[in-house]
Amino acid sequence: MNNLNEIQKELIAQIKKYSVSNIEKYLEEDDETQTFRMEIFQGLSQLGVTGIGINEKYGGIELGLYDFSIFLQEIAKTSVSYAVTISVSNMVQSMIQQFGTSEQKENYLPSLTSGEEIAAFALSETSSGSDAIALKTKATKTDGGYLLNGSKMWITSGGIAKTYLVMARTSNEKSKGITAFIVRDGTEGFTYGKKENKLGWRSSPTRELIFENCFISDNQILGNIGDGFKIAMTALDKGRITIGSIAVGLANRSISEALEYTKSRKQFEKELIEFQGLQFMLAEMATETKASELLIKEAAQLYDQGQNVTLIASMAKLKATENSMKVSTDCVQMLGGVGFTKEFPLERYMRDAKGLQIVEGTNQIQKIVISRELTKG
Amino acid sequence: MWFFTDEEKQIRELCKDFAQNELKPYAAKHDNEESFNINAFKKMGEIGLLGITAEPEYGGASMGATAATIVMEELGKECASSTLSYLAHTILCVNNIQNNASKEQKEKYLPKLISGEWIGCMGMSEPEFGSDAVGIQTKADPDKDGENYTLNGSKMWITNAQYADIAYVYTRTGKEKKNLSTFILEKEKKHFRFGSPIHKMGMRASPTGELIFENAKVSKDHLVGNQGESIYHMMKNLEIERITISGISLGIAQACLDNCLKYSTERKQFGKEIGHFQMIQKMLAEMASEVAMMRSFLYTTCRNYDAGIKGPTEAAMVKLTLPKMATKIALDAIQIHGGYGYSREFPVERMLRDNKLNEIGAGTNEIMILIIAKNLLKENNLKV
Repeated sequence: MNNLNEIQKELIAQIKKYSVSNIEKYLEEDDETQTFRMEIFQGLSQLGVTGIGINEKYGGIELGLYDFSIFLQEIAKTSVSYAVTISVSNMVQSMIQQFGTSEQKENYLPSLTSGEEIAAFALSETSSGSDAIALKTKATKTDGGYLLNGSKMWITSGGIAKTYLVMARTSNEKSKGITAFIVRDGTEGFTYGKKENKLGWRSSPTRELIFENCFISDNQILGNIGDGFKIAMTALDKGRITIGSIAVGLANRSISEALEYTKSRKQFEKELIEFQGLQFMLAEMATETKASELLIKEAAQLYDQGQNVTLIASMAKLKATENSMKVSTDCVQMLGGVGFTKEFPLERYMRDAKGLQIVEGTNQIQKIVISRELTKG
Repeated sequence: MWFFTDEEKQIRELCKDFAQNELKPYAAKHDNEESFNINAFKKMGEIGLLGITAEPEYGGASMGATAATIVMEELGKECASSTLSYLAHTILCVNNIQNNASKEQKEKYLPKLISGEWIGCMGMSEPEFGSDAVGIQTKADPDKDGENYTLNGSKMWITNAQYADIAYVYTRTGKEKKNLSTFILEKEKKHFRFGSPIHKMGMRASPTGELIFENAKVSKDHLVGNQGESIYHMMKNLEIERITISGISLGIAQACLDNCLKYSTERKQFGKEIGHFQMIQKMLAEMASEVAMMRSFLYTTCRNYDAGIKGPTEAAMVKLTLPKMATKIALDAIQIHGGYGYSREFPVERMLRDNKLNEIGAGTNEIMILIIAKNLLKENNLKV
């Protein structure tokens, strides 16, 4: 906290204040009922978090990933679901900003930056998860545009988002046959399938998207035909750093909850934290979380400097998310029986942490990326 | 295991069928709704599972920890929460009455508990006394003439509480730390009322609640054994509780492995079944080795326990090792299933949530560590 600048301090304070008075009270029930609240998303948007890294012309705040990472950590201390919604929406905004025509930017960015709308990214399919290039959703050329056919699975913010960036196949060439389409909610031929019932991230809806002869005009193609995979890949490094940031926020909150509890709970006539067994758990958690945080910070800083961060982004995602799983599991353990109940948020963090090990490339994929980067010489 | 008796093998087959037909189809629904599969519970009575360790004259099967653990494993594979409720009834209530109550008390309570007409629970933990169980404060004050007791206090995190007809409850009857006494309490006689149900991360189909005693008048024929002498049997029953709850973790771990093997041979990515990838192979191989180790360790401990050879240290070792390994296995099982594993379409995420309880209930991992270390050091003449 010591090396934060004034803007960062101010925004963190605002996020904290907003979370305590407007979010915390809904979390347990919304988690149970899998409810997302647009007003919370918009409340956070009003603080500016949905416009980080977006040009002022479109209502954004021109800060870097380093700043965004810090804010996401803070939001994740309260809710991983909302942090994820913001992070995914921001990812699509960045892609539109980087590859979009000025018309596309004017059309889609302002409402996303203001938080009026949410964006979603649609790459995965039933049989194409880790193996992204295997995607089958087809875009067939027709007069003035393309017809989309196929379906997309596990789409974060599916159903609540208005703007979808959909990866579809425009030719059989492997990665060069994929094109990115901007698809709006309500387009004819575009419907929603099953909403997933999940272990965690339960306030962030995950849903299937279905395209049946859905017409998308040429001016809704992002970048050029065949650029889709390249566009998706540019977002990966950033996406991994944001997921890692969320993991760090989750771990830090878990630790502070466990610390508070073990300082106040007595057993055998002593505060729990006086027992060495728990002291060691605490010391290990705090150390590993600090290490994760520093790795994320370095990755974000290098990203902002424009360097190639593929290796360090994967390392940071792997380390931070593995750590958040272990820390949240151990924190449930430190609270004992009440840790297992819904009276404390720790069991939710533990469930949410598992999702972080799977998205933006499972941690197994991260290991492949890391080894590949290290061995390519 | 090679040493299972024919009777134990039959129990395994019986439970396997029961779990397939009565638990598996409903497990996800009850988990989602946080509701109790009472139907399955009653049927456990019909097929004779509810008195697994009790004497035949009360309707029991007169079997040991090995058989009880087999039941836990087989039922635990399909629905850990129903199995936990089964454990609370059979091991914490029925087994305690069987081992510690008078003949009259056994005749009164066991037949109906074993047939499933009554549901039982056990009350040890309190809001302020979880790990520190010997410190419990629920008071039972004897009247002057010693005919009745007055109970005040409450019991927390009680499995089956809201459904219980009978509660086997530990109370304090004197200032000295070890002055604890046990009562068999009846809902019918208004010995207790229920607090609000506790909402949980996992084991959601197993009701958890609070028992509250407010000037409850209890006649002395509800007292188990002698006043002030319960500490020994309280500790003794924890051994079989820790062994059998580890059986649920073994069931969960085995089910995770089975699910992963199936998924790895069906799911294709990058043009081949994911079982072709070494990273998946590593997880599968480690998982399978750990399950094999868990199985030998657990059933060997059961066998020793039934033979009267080993005691509390071994029970604590099993309880420390199995639930912890099963949590790791369940986390890996979700990971192998990827996005699907995170969704409720597959059972592995529920198994993770359920298993976490086994690292906490019946004594947390941390308490197991203290017990093991304390006993080992004591054998080496160091009192800690």
